[in-house]
Amino acid sequence: MRALIKSEGRWITAAAALSLAVLLLGVVGLGRNPALVLRLMVSRVLLSPYGLGQTLYKTTTLIFTGLACALAFRCGLFNIGAEGQVYAGGFLMTAVGLALPGLPAVLLIPLLLVVSALGGGLWALLPGYLKAKRGAHEVITTMMMNFIALALTNYLVMARFHVPETIHTQELPAAASLPLAGAFARTFQGSAVNASLLVALALAAAVWYFLWRTPLGFELRAVGANPEAARSSGVPVESRLFLILVASGALAGLAGVNFILGYKHYFEQGFAAEEGFLGIAVALVAKNHPVGVVFAALLFALLSQAGLALNTVIPRELFEILQSAVIFIVVICQNRLGEKA
Amino acid sequence: MPSTAAIALRGIVKRYPRVIANDGVDLVVDKGTIHAVIGENGAGKSTLMKILYGMVRPDEGSIELAGRPVRFASPREAIAAGIGMVHQHFMLVRPLTVYENVVLGQEPGRALRWDRRQARSEVSRLSKEYGIAVDPEARVAELSVGEEQRVEILKVLYRGARTLILDEPTAVLTPGECEELFATLRRLKQAGSTILFISHKLKEVMALCDRVTVMRRGKTVGEKACAETSREELARLMVGDMEIAESKSSDFRYEAAPETALELESVCVAGPHGRRALSEISLSVAAGEILGVAGVEGNGQRELAQAVCGLLPYYGRIRRAGRAAYIPEDRHRCGLLLCAPAWENMLLGRHREREFSSPLSLDQAAIRRYGRALVSDFDLRPPDLEQRAAAFSGGNQQKIVVGRELSKSPRVLVAAHPTRGVDIGAAALIHDRILRAKAAGCGVLLISADLDELLALCDRIAVLYSGRLMGVLPRGQANLETLGRWMAGLEQA
Ligand SMILES: Nc1ncnc2c1ncn2[C@@H]1O[C@H](COP(=O)(O)OP(=O)(O)O)[C@@H](O)[C@H]1O
Ligand SMILES: [Mg+2]
Repeated sequence: MRALIKSEGRWITAAAALSLAVLLLGVVGLGRNPALVLRLMVSRVLLSPYGLGQTLYKTTTLIFTGLACALAFRCGLFNIGAEGQVYAGGFLMTAVGLALPGLPAVLLIPLLLVVSALGGGLWALLPGYLKAKRGAHEVITTMMMNFIALALTNYLVMARFHVPETIHTQELPAAASLPLAGAFARTFQGSAVNASLLVALALAAAVWYFLWRTPLGFELRAVGANPEAARSSGVPVESRLFLILVASGALAGLAGVNFILGYKHYFEQGFAAEEGFLGIAVALVAKNHPVGVVFAALLFALLSQAGLALNTVIPRELFEILQSAVIFIVVICQNRLGEKA
Repeated sequence: MPSTAAIALRGIVKRYPRVIANDGVDLVVDKGTIHAVIGENGAGKSTLMKILYGMVRPDEGSIELAGRPVRFASPREAIAAGIGMVHQHFMLVRPLTVYENVVLGQEPGRALRWDRRQARSEVSRLSKEYGIAVDPEARVAELSVGEEQRVEILKVLYRGARTLILDEPTAVLTPGECEELFATLRRLKQAGSTILFISHKLKEVMALCDRVTVMRRGKTVGEKACAETSREELARLMVGDMEIAESKSSDFRYEAAPETALELESVCVAGPHGRRALSEISLSVAAGEILGVAGVEGNGQRELAQAVCGLLPYYGRIRRAGRAAYIPEDRHRCGLLLCAPAWENMLLGRHREREFSSPLSLDQAAIRRYGRALVSDFDLRPPDLEQRAAAFSGGNQQKIVVGRELSKSPRVLVAAHPTRGVDIGAAALIHDRILRAKAAGCGVLLISADLDELLALCDRIAVLYSGRLMGVLPRGQANLETLGRWMAGLEQA
C-alpha cells in the first residue's frame, strides 16, 4: 500500500509539473511575463486563504465524481454519466430535505447523505440493468441519462420548486447544513470549503478499502480485469456489472452534498457545472486509484481556481485548454509506461 | 569473420526486473533449414524470438542476417527484412474474413479502393502453392484453432517472409493438424525458406527439424544435429539434472465405495446456426475415476466442459456431487486475471470461503499463507506472489490455475487441455496432482487432444465427434486405431 501511494504520488507530481510547464509555455506564447504569472498564482491561489479554500471546495466535488469514475473504470465499465448522477442525487436530496423540516441535524444529515447516494444510484439503475440484461453499452446509456437528468431537473425546478426570479429552490432547513471550514479556522473565512471535504476523504478511504480489502470489491475488480475468468470462477458477472454501475452512480450522487449541504443549501439549475465530466479526467490521471483521485482532484481544482484568480492577467480559456492538455499528457505517458511494464 | 548463416544471434542479453530472460544466448541458423529452439517454459525462447522479430529490444548482443549486422526497432523493420513470426497467441481480427486478415495492412490496389479480387486470388494462390488448406472467404470467428494458425502462416508468407518463426505452433493442434503443419513446413523448406521452430515436444522436433538449439534458464546449453542426437539426450539438456518422474496412473487408487461424482443424462446444448453443439450426451464419472474425452478440437468439448460447470445453458440433466472445479482450455481468456498479482489469481473463486474472508474483509495473512503453500506445492517459478500473472511463463501460469482449482478439494474436476502449451516438467507435475485428486475421490472429466496424455491418465476414454458421443472404452481396450476412427466420425460403437 505504501509503495502504491508513493508511486501514485510521484505520478501526479509529474502530471502537475508538466501542466505547469505547458502553462508557462502558453503564457510566454501570449506575450506575458511567466514570472509574474507564477507569482500571482502562488499569491492568489496557494497563499491566499480564500483562494486555497475555494480550491479545496472544488477539490471536494471532484473527489466525489473522480471516485465514481475511478470505481467504474477500475471494474471495466466506462460510466460517463457522473454529471447526470450528480443532478439526480442533488435533486432527490433537496426534495427530501424540503419535505422534512422538523428533523434534527444528527438524523437529517446522515439521511440526506444516504438519499443523495440513492438518487445517483437510481440514475445508474437503468444503464446498469441494460448492461446486465442486454449488454447495452454503458457509454451510450449513461450519456443519455445525463441529458435526461439535466433537462428533468431544470424542468422540475422551474415548474415546481423555484423561488421566484431565481433558478434555484428554496433553502433547506438549517439543520441540513454542513459546517463551513471558516467556522473553525479563521483563515478560511469567506470561502466555500466545508465539512463535505471530510466526507469525501473518508469516502476515498472507504472505496480503497472496499476494492482491495473486501471479497465483494475483489470480485468487482476481477470482473473488470477479466469477466470470463471471473465467470468461470463462479462470480455472477451480470449482477456484478449492475452493481458496479449503481455503486458508481451512488458515489457521483454524493457530489451534490458539497454544493447543497455545505455551501448554498439549495438546488440550483446546472450547479454541477461539468464537474461530473471532469471526474473522468480526474480518474484517468489518478490511474483509477482512490488515493490518486484525491491528489488528481486537487490538481484539477488548482488549475480551475488559478484560471479564475488570474482572469485579469491571462484568459481563463488558457486554463481550460490546459486541463485538456493534462489529459493528453497523462494518456501519452501512461501508454509509455504501460509498454515498459 | 563473415558468416554464411541466414541468422546469427550473438551474446543476446535481455533483463527483466525479476529475471534475466536471455543471458548471453547464441543462435546460428543455416539458410534453408528447419531449426528447432527447445527448452522448458520460461527458458527464454519466446523472448529470444521476439528480439529477432524486433518486438523486444535486447540489452546486449548483436543480430546478423546473411552476414550483415542489423538492428530492428520494430516488427515492421523485421518484416521488411523478410522475417515473419507466428505467435503463440494468435493476433487475428475475428469478424473479418480469412483473406481480409491476410492482406490487412498491405492491401493490393490503391489506398482508397483496394482490390478485393486480387487479394482473394493472391491468398488462394499462396494457399495452393504451400498446401495450406483454408477457405479465403470464411470468417475467422468461425475457424478452428488449427485453421486460425494457417491464416497466421499465410499472413506471414503474404508479406514475403523468407524466414519464419513459429512459437510453439503445435501446442494448439490435434495430431492430424500437426502432420499437415509439418507437411507445409517441409514444402516451405524445399522452396528455400528458413524456419525457426519453437517447441518443447521432443518427438516433433526429431521428426521435423534439421538442427536443434537447447535453452535452459536463459542460456544456450547445446546445439545438435537432429540426426546425431536422441530424445533422451535432448531431454537431459533441457531440464538439467532435474528428475522428471511421470507418475503412473496405476499407483493412484481410490479405495472407498465408488459413488457417482458426475452424471449426465441426455444433455443437449444449442450451437451456432441452429445446430446442436452437444447432442444427447449421457455419461457418468465415478468418484475416484478419470474419464477422458478425446476428439478433434471443436466437436463439442468446450460446450461439454462449460455445461458441466454450469456456465452454459443446456437441456437434459446434470448431477454433480459438488461444485465442479474447472481448469479451462484457454487460461488467458478464462483462467487468469493477467494484470493481477499471482495471489489474487490463486484467490479467485475461493474469495468467499470462510478460510479467507468475512463479508467485510479479506484475511490477508491467511491468503498469503495459502499462496505460499501453493507456490511450494506446485514449485511456482519465480516464487513471487506479487508478480503479475502475465509475467509468468505459460507453464507457471497453468500451475497457478491448476493449483487454485485443486486446492478446493473438489468432488468433481473438469480439466480441459490441462497441459497444453506446458513444458514437460510442469506437465508431469500437473498430471501428478490430477492423479492425486483422483486418489482422494475426485471424479475427473479430462478433455484433451493429446491421446498419449489420455491413455496415460484415464480409466476410461470417451470420444466426441460433432457433438455426439461416439463411444466409451476402458483404458485396457482403448487403442489409437479405434480412437482415431471414432475421432474421424467413422463408426459408432
Ligand atoms: N514482459 C515481461 N516482463 C517480465 N518478465 C518477462 C516478460 N516476458 C517474459 N518474462 C520472463 O522471462 C522469462 C522467459 O520467458 P519466455 O521467453 O516467455 O520463456 P519461454 O518462451 O521459453 O517459455 C520468464 O521467466 C518470464 O517470466
Ligand atoms: Mg514461450
